[in-house]
Amino acid sequence: MPSAAPAVQGEGAAAGSSEFLLEVRDLIKHFPVGGGLLGGPRALVRAVDGVSFAIRRGETLGLVGESGCGKTTTGRAILQLDPPTSGQVLFEGRDLTTLDEAGLRDMRRRMQVIFQDPYSSLNPRMTVGQIIAEPLAVHGIVRPTAARASRVRELLGRVGLLPQHASRYPHELSGGQRQRVGIARALAMEPSLIVCDEPVSALDVSIQAQIINLLEDLQRDLGLTYLFIAHDLAVVRHISDRIAVMYLGKIVELADRRALYEDPQHPYTKALLAAVPIPDPDLEAQRQRVVLGGEVPSPLNPPSGCVFHPRCPIAIDRCRDVVPDLREVRTAHRAACILA
Amino acid sequence: MTTLLDVQSLETQFATSAGIVRAVDRVSWDVKQGETVALVGESGCGKSVSALSVMRLVAPPAGRIVGGRVLFKGRDLLTLSEEEMRRVRGREIAMIFQEPMTSLNPVLTIGRQLTEGLEIHLGMDSAAARRRAAELLAMVGISDPQRRLTQYPHQFSGGMRQRMMIAMALACEPPLILADEPTTALDVTIQAQILELLKDLSRRLGVAMLIITHNLGVVARYADRVNVMYAGRIIERGTARELYANPRHPYTLGLLKSVPRLDVPRRQRLDPIEGQPPDLTRLPAGCAFVPRCHFSVERCRLERPPLREIHIADHVAACWEAERVAKTPEPQHA
Repeated sequence: MPSAAPAVQGEGAAAGSSEFLLEVRDLIKHFPVGGGLLGGPRALVRAVDGVSFAIRRGETLGLVGESGCGKTTTGRAILQLDPPTSGQVLFEGRDLTTLDEAGLRDMRRRMQVIFQDPYSSLNPRMTVGQIIAEPLAVHGIVRPTAARASRVRELLGRVGLLPQHASRYPHELSGGQRQRVGIARALAMEPSLIVCDEPVSALDVSIQAQIINLLEDLQRDLGLTYLFIAHDLAVVRHISDRIAVMYLGKIVELADRRALYEDPQHPYTKALLAAVPIPDPDLEAQRQRVVLGGEVPSPLNPPSGCVFHPRCPIAIDRCRDVVPDLREVRTAHRAACILA
Repeated sequence: MTTLLDVQSLETQFATSAGIVRAVDRVSWDVKQGETVALVGESGCGKSVSALSVMRLVAPPAGRIVGGRVLFKGRDLLTLSEEEMRRVRGREIAMIFQEPMTSLNPVLTIGRQLTEGLEIHLGMDSAAARRRAAELLAMVGISDPQRRLTQYPHQFSGGMRQRMMIAMALACEPPLILADEPTTALDVTIQAQILELLKDLSRRLGVAMLIITHNLGVVARYADRVNVMYAGRIIERGTARELYANPRHPYTLGLLKSVPRLDVPRRQRLDPIEGQPPDLTRLPAGCAFVPRCHFSVERCRLERPPLREIHIADHVAACWEAERVAKTPEPQHA
C-alpha cells in the first residue's frame, strides 16, 4: 500500500500548510455486500482504495476515470456524505473524519457540491428562489426574508440568470439554466471548495461551454477551489490545473495539466487519451488506433499486483505480483507503474 | 453507389399539452449502399425521431407521421401494412438503441433473443438458429459464446450488452443499420471498442449505417457524410471532411468551436453558443437559430432559409448568410 504522507509532501506541502485547502491522505472507502438474510458470503467492494492528493487554494484538480473507478465515491467520502472507511481528509487544516455532526455542519458551509443531473438534484416543488434561499435559512446565515430575497437576486445575477427566474419551477427551465440554479445554491453558502461531480456531462454540447466558462469566471472572481470530477478528458484538460487519473479505486497518475496530456506516463492514461475521438476527419484518418481490450474488472475482486495489468499492453510478469507505488517519475509527475 | 434509403420531406409531429411539436419538419436525407451517414444534433433536434419514423416506431396517439415518403429500395415504407413492416424490421433495417438494458428483454435468455429473429425472418430451425447465434456472439467479440447464450441480460456488462445489440442487429444481415447513440452510455475505452467493431463489420459485410449522435468526434472518425439537425430540420449537409473544414451554417460553426479539443492547444476561454435551445412549441417564423446567431440579419427573422448548395457540390446549408459565415477567421484548426 503506498503511504499517503510522502505523496502530499512530494507536492511541496508540510502538514497543515496553508498552501493547501484540501489534503486527502490514504483515503479508503469499502462497501460490504452480500451477507444479510440469505446468508451469502460477505464481500468488500473496494470502491476507493488508498487515494492521496492535495488541492491548493484557488486551484482546480481534475479527477478523471471511467464509470466505477471510484471518482464519485472519492468526492462523497471527502464531503463525509459517505464517511470513509479510513484515511484523513484535512480541510482548512482540520481532519473532517474526526468531527462530530455539529462540527461537520459548520464545515459543510465551506464546501459545497454541484451534481451531474440538475433535474434530480433540485426539488421540483420549490421555486428557484426557494431552492437558492433554503441553505441560507437552514444555516441561519441571512435571517430577514427581505435580505434573503435580495441575496437570491444577487446570486441569480452571478450565475447569469434573471431576477424573474426566482419565481419559476425547475421544470420550466432548460438543462443549462437548471445547472446554473444548482451553482447558485452552492454559492449561497460562500464556500471555499466546490466538488463538481460531472457538472456538464448531462448538458448539450452548446451549453457545456457556457457552464464551463461560468465556473471559470466564478473561480477567478470568488477565489474558489474546485475538485472537478469528470470522464470527458477534453473538458478536464480545459478546466484543470492538475489532473489525477483513477482506475479501479486507485490514482494511477497525477500531474500538471500540460505534463499529463503531453507526456502521459501510465499506460492507462495513454489508452484513455488515444480513445477520445477528435472532431477532425483528416486527423482521425491518420490516427493510430490503440484500442484497449477487455473491460474494467470488478472492484469486488480486483486483480493482483497492478490492478491494470490484465488490460495493459506493456505488462510484464512482475506486474501480476507487485503493487506499484504512485511514485514521482518526473518532477511533480507521479505514476503508479513499475515501467514508467 | 445506389441509394438504399431515401427519406423525402418526412414530417413527424407530437401532440403535447403545450401544443403541436414538429419534431421532424419536412426533412430529407438519404443513405447509399454500404455508406455511413451521420445525423448530428443536440437533444430535441429530431434526430432520434427521424430514425424511429423510418422504422415506423413513433408511438401513437401522441406521435404521428403526417407527411413525406420513406423509400427503401424504392418502396415507400409509410404505405406498407403493419404485417409487411414487421418483415422489414430486423430483416431489412435493424436498429441499435442507446440503452441496451431497456431494449433487451430481461426475462429471456440472450440465446432466445438472438434465435427469435433467425427463426422468424430466416426460417431456421432451432438447432441452426442456435449455431448461428453462437457465431454472431463470437463475431462481436464475446468469448465463450455457448455459455453466454444461456445467460440473461443482467449478467452482461454494459459493453457486452451493446455488443449483444449489435449481434442482434446483424443477425439477419440487413443491408441497413440505424444506430441511435450506440455508445453514449459507455465509457470511452469501451466506446472505442464498439465503434471499431461496428466500422469493421460494416466494411466487411457491406452494411450501410446511419449513426445518430451528438458527439462530433465520433462523427469525424466514422461518418462519410453528415447531416446537422436543429429544431426539427436539417440545417447543413456535406461530406464529413468538407463540413468540418468549411462549416457554412452558424450553428455547425458554433458547435465545432464550443467543444474543447485534445488536438489543439488549450484555449483560455471556450466559445459557447449563447442562449438556450429552441422551444419546439414556439418556433419563430424565420430561421429557428436566429435568437442565438451572431450572423443574423432582418431577412432571417422573416423568411425561413431553405437548404441551398454553397461552396462545392453536395455541400448544402440553410442559411441566408452562409457566404459571410465562410469568411470568419477560423480558430478551430491549429
